[in-house]
Amino acid sequence: MSSVQIRDVRKSFGNFEVLHGVTIPIEDGQFVVLVGPSGCGKSTLLRMLAGLENITSGTISIGDRVVNNVQPKERDIAMVFQNYALYPHMTVADNMGFSLKLRNASSDEINKRVKRAAEILALSPLLDRYPRQLSGGQRQRVAMGRAIVRDPQVFLFDEPLSNLDAKLRVAMRTEIKELHQRLKTTTVYVTHDQIEAMTMADKIVVMHDGIVEQMGTPLELYDKPDNQFVAGFIGSPAMNFLKGHVRVNGVASFEGPNGVKLPLKTAPANSDGRPAVYGVRPEHFTIADDGAEAEIIVVEPTGSETQVFAKLGGEQVVAVFRERHQFNPGDKVRLKPEPSLVHLFDDATGKRMNA
Amino acid sequence: MADVAIPRAKPQMTEAGAWAQLKHNRNWLGFWFMVPAMVFLIFFLAYPLGLGIWLSFTDTRIGRVGQFIAFENYEWLWDDSIFWLSVFNTLLYTFVASAFKFGIGLYLALLLNEHMPFKAMLRAMVLIPFIVPTVLSALAFWWIFDSQFSIISWSLKQLGLINQNINFLGDTTWARICVIFANIWRGVPFVAITLLAGLQTVSPSLYEAATLDGATRWQNFRYITYPLLTPIIAVVMTFSVLFTFTDFQLIWAMTRGGPVNATHLMATLSYQRAIIAGQLGEGAAISSAMIPFLLAAIMVSWFGLQRRKWQQGENND
Repeated sequence: MSSVQIRDVRKSFGNFEVLHGVTIPIEDGQFVVLVGPSGCGKSTLLRMLAGLENITSGTISIGDRVVNNVQPKERDIAMVFQNYALYPHMTVADNMGFSLKLRNASSDEINKRVKRAAEILALSPLLDRYPRQLSGGQRQRVAMGRAIVRDPQVFLFDEPLSNLDAKLRVAMRTEIKELHQRLKTTTVYVTHDQIEAMTMADKIVVMHDGIVEQMGTPLELYDKPDNQFVAGFIGSPAMNFLKGHVRVNGVASFEGPNGVKLPLKTAPANSDGRPAVYGVRPEHFTIADDGAEAEIIVVEPTGSETQVFAKLGGEQVVAVFRERHQFNPGDKVRLKPEPSLVHLFDDATGKRMNA
Repeated sequence: MADVAIPRAKPQMTEAGAWAQLKHNRNWLGFWFMVPAMVFLIFFLAYPLGLGIWLSFTDTRIGRVGQFIAFENYEWLWDDSIFWLSVFNTLLYTFVASAFKFGIGLYLALLLNEHMPFKAMLRAMVLIPFIVPTVLSALAFWWIFDSQFSIISWSLKQLGLINQNINFLGDTTWARICVIFANIWRGVPFVAITLLAGLQTVSPSLYEAATLDGATRWQNFRYITYPLLTPIIAVVMTFSVLFTFTDFQLIWAMTRGGPVNATHLMATLSYQRAIIAGQLGEGAAISSAMIPFLLAAIMVSWFGLQRRKWQQGENND
């Protein structure tokens, strides 16, 4: 186990810079998830950490050793690939023991460690099988087993669940998290799925276009997104954004599209008339007499909650209710955002304006 | 309810004629799709093979119908030192040429699989020996190895390394080296391109995983590339061995089996005895004698080609 420091790391392919100076401190034993849309550079960063890509500038250190020029095999890391990259011509046991075999470990030692990893992952009955004879979830577990056997300083996961079906993905998510709680190995996990990030991470790093947009615990990011990108990326269904202006005449409020009035708890100083984006999460709407009028378009009950798509000031918004309101398309309702949970972003920069 | 039962049309399926039934019978249709291939195989493969074997049991000559003489041709060959020399030549030729073709082909395939400038052009260039008609390349080699006009002798003389021409095709050892060299030159592209195709099916992430597991480049080859390539190696080397063993054109165009039969292969000897000398029966016996060798080669690859356990899907045993 070891801490990892990524300091001002840049990466260029030819003249094209894909990472523009990324700094991420990772504590010993932390589970860090790099999340972002495809092309944001998260996988490249992971591969640089693994030593599969060169570092153009900046430093990456594992423990207190700078690893920029350290060979992948000397870095003491293990990686789980998106397509698992299991050796098709080796049995499960040989796949898991391969790294030990390359290090000339004795066969007793290999057997012992493979067995232990197989027990942790419930792979013991499958040790003599070949990868082709395994299901997707089993292959996923073998790939993790291959990482565990080595007992490395850092685990790297590159979108490990994206080849699994939805149900299995949820199950494996829990399994990986449980595994981390048990082994407490520093883990860097790359995904484009914000739910995976939210559910598994000690710390989420949201990346976009080669920069870090925000780092923090899942709930920090959810409750206080630094900017409009993070606000829109984290949370499902996504946060509603309404463009308009801040109004301060005695009480702060927000004038949304088509003059619709929305409540604000406080306005930042000197912000009267400033163009801004009003953000409200779907679950922070309530039905109230002093709400803004909206027309219901579509109602989608999921059982535990109901998603309602409505037109508010001409813009489509989505609201989620735990209560079972009887709504029908075309109904007029009064939607009120909870003022203390509202987010306000600068229209030009997308930066968060309210505290 | 005043609905009236609509009279159903009588089903007529059972009344369809035998012909209409046949038209929709998949096996019947399948049979006819198979016929062209079958006819082709019977007339151009099975029949000549059978005829050749039959001829080898007769004393047929050109212009004379032969008598059945059982194994007399074979008994004759058993005591024929030239026949045994040709067997030795063929085995030497096949073994040495195939080994080199495999080595060079694998090397080229690994090289062309790397990222490098002009990769597409280099790959195309590798194919050149393959697309030049064999007889043309054989004639070119014939000139290159000519006793008087050889460009190799000329170059070495200009460099002052030798004083007189090397008698490439006139010396038994040199002649063997030359024809084997020509065969290697011609056979390498097939091996290289086929192995390259095989290499490209290996997922790059396997190498990345192995690298992270601590494998050196050699270990990457030894534990990942080579085992994953074995099925293709088995196929390509079977073909290569069969082609080399039955080679005729190169030898006939370059040396006609000479000097002193040093480059006579079974195929060229068979041609010489059967067509040039007119002893069809004896020639057929020589070519029939190739069959056990070819069968042995096929058997080796048959067992080599057996789908390995890791390639199979469901079987859990």
